[in-house]
Amino acid sequence: MSVTVYVPRDAGALSLGAEAVASAIASEARRRHADVRVVRNGSRGLYWLEPLIEVETSMGRVAYGPVQAEDVPSLFDADFLHGGKHALAHGPTADIHYLKSQQRLTFERVGVVDPRSLEDYRAHGGYRGLAAALHMSGEEIVQTVLDSGLRGRGGAAFPAGIKWKTCLDASSLRKYVVCNADEGDSGTFADRMIMEGDPFVLIEGMTIAGLAVGATQGYIYLRVEYPHAQRAMEAAIATAEAAGYLGDNVCGSDKAFRLEVRMGGGAYICGEETSLLESLEGNRGQVRFKPPLPAIEGLFGKPTVINNVVTLASVPIILDRGAGYYRDYGSGKSRGTLPIQLAGNLKRPGLVEHAFGLTLRDLVEGYGGGTASGRPIRTVQVGGPLGAYIPASQLDTPIDYEAFVAVGGMLGHGGVVVFDDTVDMAAQARYAMEFCAIESCGKCTPCRIGSTRGVEVIDRIVAGDARERNEVLLRDLCQTMIAGSLCALGGMAPFPVLSVLDHFPEDFAGAADKANA
Amino acid sequence: MKRAIDIAVLPAIPEHIRVAVLEVTARLKDMPGALLPILHGVQDALGYVPEEAVPLIAREMNLSRADVHGVITFYHYFRQRPAGRRVIHLCRAESCQAMGAVTLEQHIKRRLDIDFHETTADGAYTLEPVYCLGNCACSPAMMVDGELKGRMTPERFDAWLEAEAP
Repeated sequence: MSVTVYVPRDAGALSLGAEAVASAIASEARRRHADVRVVRNGSRGLYWLEPLIEVETSMGRVAYGPVQAEDVPSLFDADFLHGGKHALAHGPTADIHYLKSQQRLTFERVGVVDPRSLEDYRAHGGYRGLAAALHMSGEEIVQTVLDSGLRGRGGAAFPAGIKWKTCLDASSLRKYVVCNADEGDSGTFADRMIMEGDPFVLIEGMTIAGLAVGATQGYIYLRVEYPHAQRAMEAAIATAEAAGYLGDNVCGSDKAFRLEVRMGGGAYICGEETSLLESLEGNRGQVRFKPPLPAIEGLFGKPTVINNVVTLASVPIILDRGAGYYRDYGSGKSRGTLPIQLAGNLKRPGLVEHAFGLTLRDLVEGYGGGTASGRPIRTVQVGGPLGAYIPASQLDTPIDYEAFVAVGGMLGHGGVVVFDDTVDMAAQARYAMEFCAIESCGKCTPCRIGSTRGVEVIDRIVAGDARERNEVLLRDLCQTMIAGSLCALGGMAPFPVLSVLDHFPEDFAGAADKANA
Repeated sequence: MKRAIDIAVLPAIPEHIRVAVLEVTARLKDMPGALLPILHGVQDALGYVPEEAVPLIAREMNLSRADVHGVITFYHYFRQRPAGRRVIHLCRAESCQAMGAVTLEQHIKRRLDIDFHETTADGAYTLEPVYCLGNCACSPAMMVDGELKGRMTPERFDAWLEAEAP
């Protein structure tokens, strides 16, 4: 009987040599006349162990990692095909504490199933949410999503059900569902993991959104930096079409829903929803004024539901197990689970999906194991390049949308980037302004000009030139950008800058003193 | 966007560019919001979007040349000049910074003797900055022609370079 070996095709695993591992296993198996079936799964999200391979045994799936191609002969020698002992062995995957202690709802299949296999998806509970939705009216589906408390996981945390209800109530012959897969925040990779590891769940979530609001066409706007996700999504869409899950007659319901992947052009701003819609229409990705809301006048002027990948991928389980099941996870107004992405200087970076309520310390010290460099943590940036730098003294902040706002930060898309004590915070503040200048769409002045002036003022402070006066000027500039920008890019790029001024002023002072010495 | 004035005569355009552009526009121009897919198609075929292609794309799309130029120049990904044989996209974003991306960037620039957006004198490598490749749990990261590399160090970069051009 053949033994199944799982070798991830996740881009992160591939970036560490998973392809060579897969071919080494296949050729070594041939050489030893072992009957091995290699399945290319997604990543479990235990990235410090990637490439993490798993073997299907009588005790369940057993993990080995990080495996390089040259380790493969010794794995065969150790009889890894039957779970044999090896220096890289971690025992049953399900018992690894990092994974076992998580609450995986949206990510329940990622790393488990073969992302190319519809049968595998169905065997692991896939398409049960759609089956339930097909027996419901649009209003009932929207009510379920509202009741679940699901908020947009892209960053703004707007209740998904309210967007859907607005779109449902808008009257139009043509409506759209758009998935924002322009995951541009540094420190985030949850969208990519879903698209590469469980693409059918996104297709199912978008189909349910289409049924709910009466849309017949969906687009996935995918960033061009994600070619692996593009291949995975396009393969899954073709399979779903062939099986009747997409097309003119979804599952024999007489309802149509078609789906297409569109590639972006490397512009960070296109993760802003109105800019994304402009880009989809074939224009420069410049943000639109709101109102009108996209749910009323969105893509090509038609009512449009636009949600992030994780948001849409969380919909099938809500429809399958009910709004209450999802809502019972979480705390306060943050319901359900949040996939947190641990990145930067950590011993154990990876994906942790858990109900809201863990503290930042639980994540970076517990799961993350502290810094990879072994030095003390100095700061943690949460929520991407527009998120505040949180000092180590605030690590007890709970993962909760409102709690983060209270400390001047934001959870955003759930990216957590850890820095050790060698970081130069003045350089990080300058980078935040520089990034805003590079990526500004140019439509509004505070963002377009303010970001460039911000870089200049920080350079003057660092050079020790009229430090106090320039610091006042920098704070004033930040307030102008926050109050006067059209969208979150100019409106939030000052957050990391202000957090450096508030929590790490010594880094500016130190540089100035050096200049004066 | 405004409809372009009907221009009977297009500026001279090299034959291989004309053929490549028309193949792409014939295939894609009727899809809604076709301009980005068309620009991707042209760049996939030619390696860049030549200036000479702009009037033809504009005519096929019923747009002004300014519209097409505006879209090409808005997006970092579209190139207006040919790249080197290999394009290295090096991540500059925060997670990679926390793991030594600044040192790696300085090393690569010195080693290839080019700055960002430049191509080596022998036409072998172009270096581009990128702001996140989604490989933040394996920082620092770079991508070479769609192939992602994680946990890069100056040593690993040199080893890769030597394997590329022995």
